[in-house]
Formats: sequence, structure tokens, C-alpha cells
Amino acid sequence: MIDLTVIWASIIGFAIIAYVVMDGFDLGIGILFPFFKVGKDRDTAMNSIAPVWDGNETWLVMGVGGLLAAFPLAYAIILPALYAPMIAMLLGLVFRGVAFEFRWRDPAHRELWDRAFTLGSFIATFAQGIALGALLQGITVEGRSYAGGWWEWLSPFSILTGFGLVVGYALLGACWLNWKTEGALQRQSVTYAGRLGISLLLMIGLISLATLTLEAQYYLRWLSYPGVLATAIVPIATIAVTFLFYRSLRQTKDAQPFFWALALFGLCLIGLGISIWPNVIPARVTIWEAAAPHRSQVFMLIGASIMVPIIVAYTAWSYWVFRGKVGHDGYH
Amino acid sequence: MMIEQEWAIILARAQFAFTVSFHFLFPAFSIGLASFLAVLEGLWLKTGKGVYANLYRYWLKIFAVVFAMGVVSGIVMSYQFGTNWSVFSDKAGPVIGPLMAYEVLTAFFLEAGFLGVMLFGINKVGRKLHFVATLAVAIGTFISAFWILSVNSWMQTPVGYEIAANGQLMPGDSWWMIIFNPSFPYRLVHTLLAAYLTTAFAVGAVGAWHLLKDKSNPGARKMFSMAMWMAAIVAPLQVVAGDFHGINTLEHQPAKVMAMEGHYQSHPNGAPLILFGIPNSKERTVDYAIEIPKASSLILKHDLNAPLAGLDTIPDADEPPVGIVFWAFRIMVGLGMAMVAIGMWSLLARARKRLYEWSWLHKAALVMGPSGFIAVLAGWVVTEVGRQPFTIYGVLRTVDSASPLDAPAVAFSLLAFVVVYFTVFGMGIWYLLRLMKKAPEAHESALDGAPIRSAGITPAPAVLEGASA
Repeated sequence: MIDLTVIWASIIGFAIIAYVVMDGFDLGIGILFPFFKVGKDRDTAMNSIAPVWDGNETWLVMGVGGLLAAFPLAYAIILPALYAPMIAMLLGLVFRGVAFEFRWRDPAHRELWDRAFTLGSFIATFAQGIALGALLQGITVEGRSYAGGWWEWLSPFSILTGFGLVVGYALLGACWLNWKTEGALQRQSVTYAGRLGISLLLMIGLISLATLTLEAQYYLRWLSYPGVLATAIVPIATIAVTFLFYRSLRQTKDAQPFFWALALFGLCLIGLGISIWPNVIPARVTIWEAAAPHRSQVFMLIGASIMVPIIVAYTAWSYWVFRGKVGHDGYH
Repeated sequence: MMIEQEWAIILARAQFAFTVSFHFLFPAFSIGLASFLAVLEGLWLKTGKGVYANLYRYWLKIFAVVFAMGVVSGIVMSYQFGTNWSVFSDKAGPVIGPLMAYEVLTAFFLEAGFLGVMLFGINKVGRKLHFVATLAVAIGTFISAFWILSVNSWMQTPVGYEIAANGQLMPGDSWWMIIFNPSFPYRLVHTLLAAYLTTAFAVGAVGAWHLLKDKSNPGARKMFSMAMWMAAIVAPLQVVAGDFHGINTLEHQPAKVMAMEGHYQSHPNGAPLILFGIPNSKERTVDYAIEIPKASSLILKHDLNAPLAGLDTIPDADEPPVGIVFWAFRIMVGLGMAMVAIGMWSLLARARKRLYEWSWLHKAALVMGPSGFIAVLAGWVVTEVGRQPFTIYGVLRTVDSASPLDAPAVAFSLLAFVVVYFTVFGMGIWYLLRLMKKAPEAHESALDGAPIRSAGITPAPAVLEGASA
């Protein structure tokens, strides 16, 4: 008997990974934007993501839409619990989304829209990080609804995860530019990637240690024997990947550092899964408690199994069309 | 405490109304614009005439801005259900969630995936594949409308569900029944035609504006002519579609039609059509009413003497607000009639070979530029406010749908949305007007700054540029 609830948890997990892989770097470029020279460098950085950002962001809608469809109870509890960060994220995405178009339409105010791009990207990232922290530290649930106040999400831990994600996305952004650009902008990006890599490792360490203190479940999952023999692989792999990341950066590889940085994110997500499985709201609601009825799961699974491979295929095609280095005037 | 709860719900409703109204303006435009662009590019591929390529590039710039605003305001909507209407989401999620997931899977990704190629890829993929990308985006906007209108229609005419022990609404054994619920086909046709008319009148107004300044501009002539064909054909169709939709609503949501008509009282021997008047919900009458006897029965029942029930037959607790629905309906219908009139006028002008010379027609078309947007919003108000006091008609009340939020939280977020939307989208609309103000040129430039201006390595000289001569 196949458990559709587990399959749906995996699909939502896939959407989250796809989102982080794809939107992470373009939010990161937004965060780094003010450090790039006005003019050619900024235009190039922007052009390197202009054709793909919209598709990237669609995975965010897929994640939340999938949550509503497959785990409606979780959707109904999480979004009110994270009210302020979610609204902030949405408004941030408004600013950065329109900036892609508006900065070209209004050269007189380009500086303004560049700032909106940075501010929006930063707020959206920070809010996503806070949301993650708020979920991990636990939210108040009574019956079928959220029962905490509208500031419950705010804590030193959630602020820490907020900054952690900012550092992480900025690293992905720097690595992307290393891959897709040339000359001074590429060299600048390599420098940033170097600094951000070590900062991210520190952040991962801090957040991991803090997470262990939050709930007994997390502590037991990670440190009880003999499970620790398996879970210890994650931190060890994290250090190994960081090493490989720096080696590829030193060897002035174009694409490799980006993929090693993604691998770091992958390990974080695996770690997250170890902590919270099988809950959809950590330590509160399991995936089975929140799951949609069987008929909803089956109906959507038909669509997802047909559409997701097709989506991945044409998304890959779209990236392939815009492959290679992007010049000042766009891709060539 | 009770008072605070009520405030939280009123604010949440205001927030949803505000964000969805703003959002709706953009897809209402981009659905029609995407099809218009597909037609232009198709005609260009078929005829090789430069005027089509020029118009394509001219409207592509506008489309890019509209689409970006539609995307970012749309993402907000997918979260609003959870942030502000969590009880609704928990209860209805098993039924509407899968439909919205299908919208993401079959429409959003399609649009977003091919938009990059459509905007920036002409020199990279060649003309035919680029046309495929344009078509994919246009079809994506259709599919998106299909699913979201199915969801909305199900909320208006819910069928095919069961109520579970935990209070959730569960899908019954037929998804077909849920998707093609009784009001869906009518609402889909009515809304898609509305999107086409919105675009036709926006394009027509831009054409008219430039014709008023220069009657010989080939781009302005072509776009005006195409827009007026749409007006002449689609506006009358819309009247028919609207009539069918109204009769469908009478069958499934009679209270909404009573509010639209201003029928507080039942009329056993044929109901009058109230053209204008001021609904007075206290006295249960329409003040200063100008009415045509028995005409309402004629329209709704196609029989002068058919009895029509009024709001007196509806329990007070189930009655929608009358004034807003009544007025919004008249705005929509009035604009629809004006659209038909412009369409007919354009046919007359064409017959007299004065389509490009008749400046009064151009002035009228210019004034009608925003008419589609206003009509679409008014129509949306009719159907959504007319569904009150329910979120899922007859099943779940609006007051029982909201998130357990403190009023200050909702007030603060509402304020933030209002400030940000008016600033950001206000500037966006200003940019649109600025793009429209510029006359289409014989060598219309590509998206400026964007990667479309590929440097010299491109094998063929910029493909579209080459065709504009």
C-alpha cells in the first residue's frame, strides 16, 4: 500500500527545494545589488536573471498552493501564525518583481528602482528565513487553528534564521554571477562568494546548535544512539562540501561553485527533514493529521505526475536558451 | 471582544477586496493582450508585413509591464486565502485546493516558463519557436482563467461535495461535477469575453489617440481597425453571454439577482425593470425609481407576466447588500451598452470609409479606453458582493471563514497593501500610459535595456528588426 500522504509530502518538499535552487540566486543578486557598480555591472547582473526570475518564483506559488491542496490544515494554521513575515515577504516580492521592468522604463528613477529591487529582495529573503525559524521554534495550536498572538514568530532564533537565509541566498547569487558573467563583475562576485561561504558555514553551525535546544524531538533525533551514527553524516558532509566549494572557487571554475553552494543548501534541507519528519508543523501536527482526503490526493497526483516532468523539461529548455555568459547587452 | 472580532473581519474583507480588485485589472488586460500579440505575430509570420512586427514590439513592451504587475499581485492572492481566511481554507481546501494546484501546474509555469523566451528570446530561438512561446503564454493565460474561475464558480454554486466529520468539505466521487459546476461555463465565457473587450478598448483608445494626432500612422490605423473589429463582434456577443449568465444566476442564486434588480418586493404579475433609482434598504424600496413595467420578467423569464420573487422571500440573515450590487450592475451594463454602440459606430464608419478620418469616433473610443477595466471590476463586485453573506454560497458564511487574527494586525497589513499598491502600481500604470503615449514607429525598438539587443555574435541580424522595413 503506497501512502499518498508521504508522496505528497515529498512533492511539497521537491517544490521547496526547486524554489530554493532557482529563486535563491536571483533573490541573492538583489541582496548584493547595491555593491555592484552603477551602469554596466548592474545591468549585466539584472539581465542574467531577467528571463528566468518569473518561472523561479512560480515554485513559491507551487509550494504554497500545494500545501493548501495537499495539507489544507497546515496551510490554515501556518499562514495566520506567520502573518507579519508573510505579508512582508509578499510586499517585498512586489517591489523586486516590478523593479525588473520599471528600472528600464524609467531611467530617471533607475536608482530608486534598484533600491526597491534590493530592499524587496532582502525583505522577502529575511521574511522567509524568519518563517522557517518561527516554524522550528514551535507555534501555538489549539484544535484546528492557530492560537498565538501576532508577534509570536519574533524571537532571537527566528532573527538568526532570517539572517542565515540572507547570507545563504547572497552566496547563491554571488556564485551565479561568477558563472554567468565575465571580467570585473565576475572577480567581484568571486570575492563575495569567498566571504559568504565561510559566513554561511558559521550560520549553519549556529542555527543547528540552537535548533537542538528548541524541542526534545530535535535533540533526540540527532543525538540519540545509534541514530547519531547516521545523522552525524550531515555535519561531516557539510564540512566536506564547504571544502569542495572553496577548492572549486580557487581553481576559478565558473559553474562548479554554484552547484557546491546548492549542495550546502541541500544538506540544510536534509537536516531540516531529519528534525521535523513526519510533522508538517514541527512538533505539532503530523502530515497525516493535516492531509487532504484521499480523493483530493489522487486527483492532484495525476496532474502532478504528468505536469511536473513537463514543467521541468521546458524550464530546463528555457535555461538552455539563455545559456552561457551574459554580456552587457544581454546573452550572447 | 465581539466588536474587535467584527472589525477584524471587516478589515480582512476590505483587504481581500482591495488586493483582488487591483490584481484583476492586470490579468483582465494581459489575457486579451497575450492573444492580441499571438495574432500579431501569427499575421506577421504569415504575411511578412512589417506593420505587424512593429505592433508586436510596441505592445510587447506594454505587455511586459502589465504581466510583471499581474504576477506580483497574483502571488499575494495565493497567500491571502491562508493569511486572512484560514478557516475557509481549512474547510474548502480539499475541494478548491486541487483546482488551484492545477492552475499552478498547467498555467502559471507555462506562462512563466515561456515568458522569458517571448520577451528576450527572438534572436536566440528563431521566429517559429518564438511564435510557439507567444502562443504558450497566451494559452497559459486561458488555462489560468479556466481554473481560477472554476474555483470561484464553485464558491458561487457549490456542488459535488460531502461534509466530513471534522467539518471539512470533501470532494464527492466526481471531480468533473466540481470543476464544471452549474455557474462555471457561463462565468468563464462572460469573463473571457470581458477580458477581450477590456483589451480591445484599451488598444482602440491608444490607436484613436494617435489617429487624432496623425491619421496616416500605419501602426495606429492597424491597431484601431483591429480593436474596432473586436468591439463590433465581441460586444454584442457579450450582451448575449451576460443574459445567459444572468438567467443562470437567477436559477442558482436568486438573491443576487434580486439585489441587482432592486426587487425588494415580489412581483406576482410581472416585475418592472428598474433603470435607475436609489435603493433604500430601510424602507425596502427603490426611491426615485425610473422603471419599465414588466420588462424585468421579460428579460429574466422571457415572459411579460412571469412572477418574480423579491428579497422579501429571503431571510434577512441571508440577504446580500443591495445598494452596491444594484449600482455596480448598472455601471457594468451601461458600459456594455456603450461598447456595443462604439462597435456599431465603427461598422458605420467602415461602411462609409471614414474609419480613420472620423475624429468624433476616435474621441469616443479614447474616452472608452478605460471602460473595460471599470466594467470588469463592476461585474466582479456584482458577483462577489452578491454572494454575501457567504464565502461558499449557502454553505459557509463569511463571518465563519476568517482567520483568528487581531484587528490591529489586519489593519496594519491593509494599510501596507494600500500604500504599496498605490505607489508601485500607480507608477506602473503611469509607465504604461507613457509607453502608450508614444506613437508606434516604422522601426519600433525592442525592449530597451533588456537582453533582446544581443550583441554582434548572433548569426542572423536581429530577426524582428530585419522585418520592419
